[in-house]
Amino acid sequence: MIESATSAPRPEPQTPAPSAPQPGLRGRHLLGIEELSAEEIVLILDTAEAMKEVGSRTVKKVPALRGRTVVNLFFEPSTRTRTSFEIAEKRLSADTLSIAVATSSVTKGETLVDTALNLEAMSPDMIVMRHASSGAAHLLSRICHARIINAGDGMHEHPTQALLDAFTIRRHKKRLAGLKVAIIGDLLHSRVLRSNVHLLGKLGANVWVSAPRTLIPPGIERLGVTATTRVEDAIADADVVMMLRIQMERMQGHFFPSLREYFTLYGLTKERLALARPDAIVMHPGPMNRGVEIASDVADGPASVILEQVSNGVAVRMAVLYLLAGGLD
Amino acid sequence: MPLVIDAVRMSRTLARIAHEIVERNRGVEELAFVGIRTRGVPLARRLAATVNEIAGADVPVGILDITLYRDDLMRHTVGPQPLVRLTDIPFSIDDRRILLVDDVLFTGRTIRSALDALIDFGRPKAIQLAVMVDRGHRELPIKADYVGKNLPTSRREIVNVRLQESDGIDEVTLEEGSHD
Repeated sequence: MIESATSAPRPEPQTPAPSAPQPGLRGRHLLGIEELSAEEIVLILDTAEAMKEVGSRTVKKVPALRGRTVVNLFFEPSTRTRTSFEIAEKRLSADTLSIAVATSSVTKGETLVDTALNLEAMSPDMIVMRHASSGAAHLLSRICHARIINAGDGMHEHPTQALLDAFTIRRHKKRLAGLKVAIIGDLLHSRVLRSNVHLLGKLGANVWVSAPRTLIPPGIERLGVTATTRVEDAIADADVVMMLRIQMERMQGHFFPSLREYFTLYGLTKERLALARPDAIVMHPGPMNRGVEIASDVADGPASVILEQVSNGVAVRMAVLYLLAGGLD
Repeated sequence: MPLVIDAVRMSRTLARIAHEIVERNRGVEELAFVGIRTRGVPLARRLAATVNEIAGADVPVGILDITLYRDDLMRHTVGPQPLVRLTDIPFSIDDRRILLVDDVLFTGRTIRSALDALIDFGRPKAIQLAVMVDRGHRELPIKADYVGKNLPTSRREIVNVRLQESDGIDEVTLEEGSHD
């Protein structure tokens, strides 16, 4: 699904053409972080810095995507991500349309393909999709002409979440390389974890993950992270503590005795946070279960950047939309 | 590679433009500079510094990236998007006289984009344009208020403005282009 873009000669009328090829995204779609290079990730983060400024103006709108149509196709409930994409699209002047599709009893693959083909017939330029099945965005990218942005597919990837997390970390720490990042919570069901592990690894962060043994995906060490059931080891001297939601809706079976016990053993409390570096930041992709994975006084405390993550999400999604829109025809 | 403007000439030119700006605006009270990325920015800073010296003022300087306002965005079929960099205008432009600064005035399309961008930031009392080189070939009805040098060129030629801040040398050269 990654096509190499031919480098287009776009001579600036007033400056000589630079000898180095202009950086850009190689692919037509954003399906996951796994397919991106470190350079592409940095390009998105740098572009997001400029987009963040647009959001601070009185007129929060630029004409960059004027006349383009973006469809937000959400097969799973989402408030934050869908709203964030919609605001990002509107700030770039795209025409947007959001469709919330209730998952029906029809085989998911069939529903998805049919829906996609019908949408495609109305020729949108981009489709932002969330779906409960891993690989749904890949499937769509093979049958649609439109650019596909994966807004979360099953337990696979949620690339824009990892990008906004990285953007938030970089704003606070000025870098990613060499940082110790602890990711704690429901690792097994988390697409946020997978995207973050790929991204943080590519940019040189030192990633620790922690959860009860039942929630640690087998073989996760192969992705270059250190896994531990002792949450204190993960948090010790961490620069960033990222808590993941306990996803009750994805849990079929029993993974731990009770939510209260989970909080006692793995919840982020002030006492546990004190093990991290004094300037550590606390992150959460939302929605939070207060009193399950994170204590309220930590979520609302001085180290928390959880709401900043939400506002940075708009800037990062504007960057992705803008960069992928290149060469639309 | 004919040298059109050398370092000495450039500094005299900027001093002359700074004086013209003060004279034409009858003072500097409402003035603010906005440099267009990339090389309009150091030029705006230098002009502001000279104006401040002449008038004993502290005129603010902003940075404008016009990429998101370009009229050729999305018109190419392949290839990466132009890089977007930070815009930083840390003051209200409402009711100010904005001195827009760029290195070369050519087709006028960059300035058109810059005007659109500025209007999104507020309602200035006036916008004036200062450029180091006007090389002609306008495609839009746009004209500079302050010009360092009028330089007749063919479309094939390339005007290079190099500045100490970005290129380590102050000069303007005219080169034969490889393609038009």
